Amino acid sequence: MEEFLSLIIEKYNYWIYITLMMIGLYAMIAKNNLVKKIVGMNIFQTAVILFYVSTGVKKGATIPIIEHGHDVAHQAVRAADYINPLPHVLMLTAIVVSVATLGVALAIAIKVYHRYLSLEEDEILEQIRGL
Amino acid sequence: MKTLGLIIVGLVGAVLVSATVNFPPFGDPESPASLHVSPRYLEKTLEETAVPNAVTSVLADYRGFDTMFETTVIFCAGVACFLLLRVPRRRLPRPRQYRHRLTGLTFRIKEGGEVFLPLREFEPVDSIWTPHDFIIEKVCRYLIPFIQLFGLYVIAHGHHSPGGGFQGGVILGASIILLSVSHSLRTALKRMGEKISALFSPVGVFIFAGTGVLCLGLGYRFLDYQALATLLPVGPIMARSYGILLVEVGVGMAVMGTMVWIFKNLASRGRYDEGL
Repeated sequence: MEEFLSLIIEKYNYWIYITLMMIGLYAMIAKNNLVKKIVGMNIFQTAVILFYVSTGVKKGATIPIIEHGHDVAHQAVRAADYINPLPHVLMLTAIVVSVATLGVALAIAIKVYHRYLSLEEDEILEQIRGL
Repeated sequence: MKTLGLIIVGLVGAVLVSATVNFPPFGDPESPASLHVSPRYLEKTLEETAVPNAVTSVLADYRGFDTMFETTVIFCAGVACFLLLRVPRRRLPRPRQYRHRLTGLTFRIKEGGEVFLPLREFEPVDSIWTPHDFIIEKVCRYLIPFIQLFGLYVIAHGHHSPGGGFQGGVILGASIILLSVSHSLRTALKRMGEKISALFSPVGVFIFAGTGVLCLGLGYRFLDYQALATLLPVGPIMARSYGILLVEVGVGMAVMGTMVWIFKNLASRGRYDEGL
């Protein structure tokens, strides 16, 4: 029992991201509306971003801005005192890129709507087969 | 499709959950991600680049190539939206609506029709027009300059506090989008036209890549900001700090321009006449 509880406490963050990721994956597979699929893709991206950021966490550490100033004595920096900056850098760019890709996806959805006057996948497929 | 989706999602989820058993515990300082290269970044950032914010120095200096091509990706996304949606300006103007300010009467001008209305008494309105909320309009009008000032602060102070080009650029872009949402797309276009937003994103990428080429021309490696010490009256370490600032400005411009550009194309379906 002890072991199981400690497993939950150590790993529950990953399970939250997996749940979020599966919600996004399900929306991408099963939803019929193209905009809902795009929303699912965005939820999926957010789950990945959360996962990356959580790998940078260190217990008892602060944000990765080294203590500095005129009156602070310059001393050796201990890496364990600051959280890992690398996942933050990677996700910083990924967030903005995800917004840009979302824009492109919505633009394509607008184009599809112009052509087929519908955003429902089955209706679009019907029209493509009928042509 | 629904049951098949549920089965796939269940299987993938089970595989991922079973994989988490081997993952490092949450908040473990000894996790593999925090062991190899990141301690070096944290320990050396202040003495090598004079930038206390490790995220900024890693973003713009240690991993400068990555960031440069991310900026290029954003620019490409803006161009893709433009190419997909933008329709050429028509010879005959589309049908459009004008509203008399005093009486509230709305006139519809037919396609190709020309009118000479005194613009002080008439205002152009969207085809699906709802009266603007007075409070929202005024509050946003006074809020937007402060939002933009904060965006500039976030870009300029990214060396010493959380911030940088990406964050500041998004804040600046959001201020223009807020103007468009709270007033109308035409108001936002008057403040920041299509050409300006379309110019900002390539110029931002150009500043980033140009800094790299400048370093190359001065006899150092690409994006090695140390080279700027030969141009500026500072040492090589402070030159890195200034190089990072230059690059962050480029990133901010690219992000701001692209966000506004994508929004305008999406909101007006590429017509730039009316929208949100």
